[in-house]
Parts: sequence; C-alpha cells; structure tokens
Amino acid sequence: MTPQDRKDLFKRGAIWAFILVELAFFSIVGDAISVSDKAFMNVDNMLLLLKQSAPIGIIALGMTIIMINGNIDLSVGATFALAAIVLLDSMTWPFMQSLGNWAIPLAWVFALLTGVALGAINGLIVWKTGVDAFIVTLASMLGFRGLVFMYNGEQPTSHLNWTLVDFAEAQFLGLHTATWFLLGTVLILWLVMTKTVHGRNAYAIGNNREAAVNAGIRVGPHFLLNFMLIGFLAALSAVVFYSESGSVNPNDGMLYELWAITAVVLGGTKLAGGYGSIISTLGGVIAIQLLRKGLGHIGADTQTVNLVIGLILIAVLILDRQLNRKGQEELKI
Amino acid sequence: MSDQTPVLRLEGIVKTFPGVRALDGVSFSVLPGEVHALMGENGAGKSTLMKVLGGIHAPNEGQIFIAEEPTVMTSPMQAKAKGVVFIHQELSLADELSVAENIFLGELPLKGLGRVDWAKLYADTDAILQTLNVGFDARTRVGDLSIANQQMVEIGRALTVDPRAVIFDEPTASLTDAEKVVLFEVIADLQSRGVGIVYISHRMEEIFKITDRISVLRDGQYRGTLNTAETDEDEVTQLMIGRSLDLSRNESHHQMGDIALEVRGLGCGSLFQDVSFAVRKGEVLGFYGLVGAGRTEIAETIFGLRTPSAGQILLDGQEVHISSPIDALRLGISLVPEDRKSQGLVLSMNCRDNMTLPQVDDLTAGPFVSDGAEVAIFDQYRDKLDIRTPGWRQIVGNLSGGNQQKIVIGKWLSMRPEVLIVDEPTRGIDVGSKSEIHNLIRDLAAQGFAVIVISSEMPEVLHVSDRIVAMHSGRVMREFTSDEVTEDNLIQAISGITEKIA
Repeated sequence: MTPQDRKDLFKRGAIWAFILVELAFFSIVGDAISVSDKAFMNVDNMLLLLKQSAPIGIIALGMTIIMINGNIDLSVGATFALAAIVLLDSMTWPFMQSLGNWAIPLAWVFALLTGVALGAINGLIVWKTGVDAFIVTLASMLGFRGLVFMYNGEQPTSHLNWTLVDFAEAQFLGLHTATWFLLGTVLILWLVMTKTVHGRNAYAIGNNREAAVNAGIRVGPHFLLNFMLIGFLAALSAVVFYSESGSVNPNDGMLYELWAITAVVLGGTKLAGGYGSIISTLGGVIAIQLLRKGLGHIGADTQTVNLVIGLILIAVLILDRQLNRKGQEELKI
Repeated sequence: MSDQTPVLRLEGIVKTFPGVRALDGVSFSVLPGEVHALMGENGAGKSTLMKVLGGIHAPNEGQIFIAEEPTVMTSPMQAKAKGVVFIHQELSLADELSVAENIFLGELPLKGLGRVDWAKLYADTDAILQTLNVGFDARTRVGDLSIANQQMVEIGRALTVDPRAVIFDEPTASLTDAEKVVLFEVIADLQSRGVGIVYISHRMEEIFKITDRISVLRDGQYRGTLNTAETDEDEVTQLMIGRSLDLSRNESHHQMGDIALEVRGLGCGSLFQDVSFAVRKGEVLGFYGLVGAGRTEIAETIFGLRTPSAGQILLDGQEVHISSPIDALRLGISLVPEDRKSQGLVLSMNCRDNMTLPQVDDLTAGPFVSDGAEVAIFDQYRDKLDIRTPGWRQIVGNLSGGNQQKIVIGKWLSMRPEVLIVDEPTRGIDVGSKSEIHNLIRDLAAQGFAVIVISSEMPEVLHVSDRIVAMHSGRVMREFTSDEVTEDNLIQAISGITEKIA
C-alpha cells in the first residue's frame, strides 16, 4: 500500500469514523444522563433515522455531482416544493380522479418532469450565458419559490391518497420505502460517477475546465445534464416525502439547499470542484441526521443542534485543510 | 568598486523541491550604485532565487546578507522593510484604486481613530511621482494608466522606503522603446543615489547598455560573474547555455512524406497576420520568437480554440474548418499546450484517466467505461514514453514535471494524430527529462508524424527542428532550413531585423 493509497483510504474513511464516534458518544452519554428510557442504538431508531435522512439525502447526492462538476444549485429547495405541489394537486384533477390508483404513477411522472424542467432551465442558462451557477440558481431559487406561492397563496396544498400513504409507510426487508429510494439513488449515482464517461468528464471539468475543453469535452451539455439530474432528484425527494405526508406548505423545502450542501461538504467534496464522492456524501447525510437525533436524545433543543452542527462543520474543514496542505507554497492571508 | 560593502550578498543558497534541485549553491553580491544583471534560461532558477530573496521560499542552505548583516527573509513585506524591493514583471496593482492608494497599499498614513490621512497620502505620493518624472498625479485611477505608467506606479511603491536594493524582473517585457528610455532614466537615478540594482532580463541589448556586471545561472547553479565592459554576447550565451545538455544541431535527414498540414494567409485579429507555412509527414517544424510573437495563438487557432479572421487551413491538401478542439481531434490534430498544469492535465485525476480523457467516449463497454481498455492504453504509452510512476492509480499532481509532460504527450499520441503540435515541450522540466523529450520528438517525426514545436529556447529549436519559422510581433519573418540557420540570423529575424537579409 503506497502512502497515496493510505491517504486516500484515510480520507474516505474519515466520515464513517466520525459516524462511529457519534454513535458511541450518544449511546454512552444518553445512558449516563438517562433523559430517555430507550437506548439510542436500537434497531427501530436507526431504521427511522435512515428514513428521515432520505429527503435531504437524495438532494445532497445530486448536489455532490453538481459540486464535483464545479457548480452549485441553490434552487433545489424551491424545486422540491413546486414538485410536491404538482404531485399532490395533480391527483385532484378531474381526469386523474377517474383513473383510480393509476393516478399515482402519473402524478409521480408529472412531479418528476417538473423537477427535470426546472433543472433544465438552470442548466441552459448556466451553459448559454456563462453566468456563474451561484447567481443563476440564486435567482431561480427566488423565482421558483415565487411560483410556489402563486399556486395556492399562503394556503397549504393537500391531498391524501391512502394507497400512496400505505406504499410510503411500507417496509421491505425492514427498510422503509424512503430508505430504499435513498439507497437506490446512491447505487445509481455511484455507478454514474465512477463507471461512466459522463462521471469521468464531470470530474475533469470540475478540476480543470480548460484542460477538459482542450481534450474535446463538451462542457455545456454536461452542465445541462447535471442540472436536469439534480432537478429530477429534488422532485424525487418530494415524491418520497409527500406521498406520506399529503400536505405541502408554501414554505416547505426552504434551506434544504443549505442542508444538502452541508452534508456534501462534510462528506469531503470540495466546493471548488473536481473532488468528491457519492458514498462519502451518504456518510455526511447520515452524520448530520445522527447529530440531530442524538442531540435530541440527550435533551438538546433545536437551536443547540444547529449551533453544534455549525461548529462541527467548521472544525472538520479546518482539520481537512491541515491534513491536505500542499507544502508551504500557498499564499499566506 | 571592490572596496565597497555590498548592499546585498547571497552565499551558497540551496533550494530543493521534491525531485528538483532548483538552486544549487548560488552566490552573488550587489554593490551600491551598481546595476547587476542576472541572466539564465527559463528554468535556470532566477525566479526561485527571487522568491528566496523575498522570503516566499526558505532556502535549505545558505545565507542572505543585507549590508553584510546576516538576515533571514520571511516575507516580501519584511524584505521591503529591510530595504530590498521587487518590481515584478506581472503588475500587481488594484485597477480601481488611485495611484496613491496603490503606492501606499498596506501602509496608508493614518490619523486618529484609524482614519486615512488623505492629505498626507497625496502629498507623499506626489513627492515620489516627482522623482519619477511622470505625467500623472496621485489621484489618477490606476486602471486608466498605460502599462508603462502602471510600471512606474510599481516602481513608486519601491520608493516609499529608502531602498538599498531594487530588483527588476523583466521590466521591459511590455514596454515600447520610448517607454524603456524613461525606465532606464529612473534606474540611472536610483543608481546615482547609491541603490544597488538587480536587473533580470533576457534581452542582451539592454543588458549591455545599462548593466555593470552580469551573473549567470544555469540549471540552478551559479556559473560566474562577468564585468559587462569586458565581455560580449557570445561569452554570456556560452555561460547560459553551456554544453551540459546535448543540443547539437539537428543533422538527421530521414525521408519525409507528403505535406500533412498547410496554412495559407492565416490571421487572427491583431494577434497574428498573414501566416503561411506547411509541415510534411516525418518533419519537425520549429516556431521561434519572443513571448508575444503570436506563436501560441497560431497553434490555438489551428486547434480550434480561436476563430481565424483570415486565411485557410489545409489538411492533406483539403481545406478544413476547425471551430473547436472536437473538430481538430476528429481531423487528427493534437495540441500539447504551453502550460501543462493549467491547460493540459486534470491534476486531481490519476495517470490513466488523464491519458485517456479525450477518447474515453470510445472506450466503453455497455454504459460503463472499460477498465481493461483504459489500462491497456496506459500501459502501452507508459512503456513507449518511459513514464516513471508507481502505477496508473498515481495522482498526476504528484508526478515530476518531466513525467507530467510525458503523460500529456501520451494522451495526444494515443489519439493517433496526424499532426502533433507541441507548445514549449520542456518548460520547467529538469535537464535529464529535457533530452528525453527532445529524443521523443525526433522519434515521432521518424515514425511519420508531422510535428510542430513551439519554443522560446533557441538551443531547443535548433536541436529538434528540420525547418524553423521565425516570428516577430504576429508575422512570419523568415523560414530557415536547418542548413542555413545560425544563431545570429535567427536572433535577427525574431527581433524584426530583416532588411539586412537581401
């Protein structure tokens, strides 16, 4: 094993080691101060944790690809909300109601297509204008959220379909439906990023766009495809979540983009592009969810949880920088 | 002059980077009121030496003395406080700020409560500008000044302290002749005030006009100091180039094939105009000229990175239109770019993935990239080019410059191009790898590739080329065969002197 391999293994393993530390910490501390009768590490609790990770998790996986590609997408929270509205509202349309339970897959398709279309808008603007993705998606975040409010004002959009609820609450081999969606997404995106031409090119473009252009890679279409992909995933996240809850508030999904980015960065993906891994993002997602649940378990309130997550994120990034400094050649600031 | 105390003296400076001994025991001294030229080819270690002097790199061995006082340099700011200031080739000015703010950047005069003392700032700046004898004032926005005047602002920065030594790094690179005269006056003025000047330049003419002594670096080693009045260009060139590297003239005359690439009257705006040349299969065509002569831009135009404003490109006698690198690659034209790190490599990727990047589309099995096909290509070119790496998983950013360059060359060779353009094939590469790459280029030609080599190093161009195109400010001045070219007529051609050639 070369030093390079060791370093790689260490970097990939870091997030999972962190998860183990969290598990140990909350089990021991939870036991010691015994605010709750239940053990933290029980199977039901962990299965629930995975299920609860799914909505942000699916978005974070898409964000990983966007960030590896050297972009960012701030509009995913609004896309999530708009896809949710389409999902629930479309089932109340007269022709859909006549279809019985066939309305469900059709409503899913409508919602997912909404996500893809919104992603395509972002991707086309970034490609064709060359404006930075941060600015483009900041604008589309505001715009898409505007559409959410135009749809139903301040009112929630609701439609409960019991077949759908049953499906969403089902467990297969112990895992909830949402968890299966999360794991399926992980598998497919991992294959895309490690085994396909598109994945390879996404890394190349993110690390050195000029070298990618010189190698004859068409940068714009890759951007477009990735934005459509994250739009699709934001909608998929909405489909998974709202199949069960059946009601969407116009403010739902706010800050999801930031939680997704937090999980991605915690997993070691670089904001600057070119580096990152799907599996590590899954680690980042689980780590954050563990932190929330664990801090709740030992009696901390929401504000404390956010404070701690913020502190941990900064600590992780400082540590990462120390470990990865390339000699003394960097500019001192 | 020898009884004077040197303002600046370096002794036995050694600086190593992983795999490279960038400076190997460099010593020299600058006397007050002296203009001391520092010369050497690209990669000889001049810029590393300057970084050591400015405290950006700490030397592994050796000592810096300022006025015979041993000093450890920690930062450019500290060097400046000690009276050693740098005028860089690349201007580092804030365009949106005034001349005064730029000159006193980081040390604005203050009055109570952290407020800037604007009156004092402008008065002090105008005093400095007075000594520089320039035609603009302290309140001018720097972005509105010409390049030459911006350079004056850089020099003004040096004068906010009482400098002992001023180091000019290629100061005339972007100046016109008239502007140079003004610069030389400023240097003479500094000289008369007893300041020691280090003057880094490639331009012999200037060196012999304004300097007192010349120190030469080659491959990181100090090669000696000459009194300008007692030497000539030949002796300096000899010291700079040396003969440690086999750069004998190209004498091979193997069989050449048909014309592979021909360019007729090609132009691209103001970058270059009316460029015509042809390169045959089995031939190495060298492009030589000063930085900014338009050589790289021609290569970029042929490769589809720039849109030509005039002229034709013919491949195998057929006119072709190349609007992007994708077109160029499809037609069999590959470009090894000038700067391998910023244009050629994805530094975070491993060796294999970098090498197969342009053709990974064609290496798929079903939806996935075929590992086996990729490794096969990597292995083939690793052996062919003798790339030294622990394995294909090695991240390219961790390889030495020579091996990185071979990865880039391998990347393009594996595309089986008909025409291979190599821009600055050995920039920043150590001597051993240089000759390997030179041999490689000759071999490729012998195998029937048409190769275009762009280089700023004359020995390299003379060594590898069958024919040489000399360029000067965007125009082809003359084309030489390897029989008729001499260092003299080549220098004259790239300096724009053609009248003598009847």
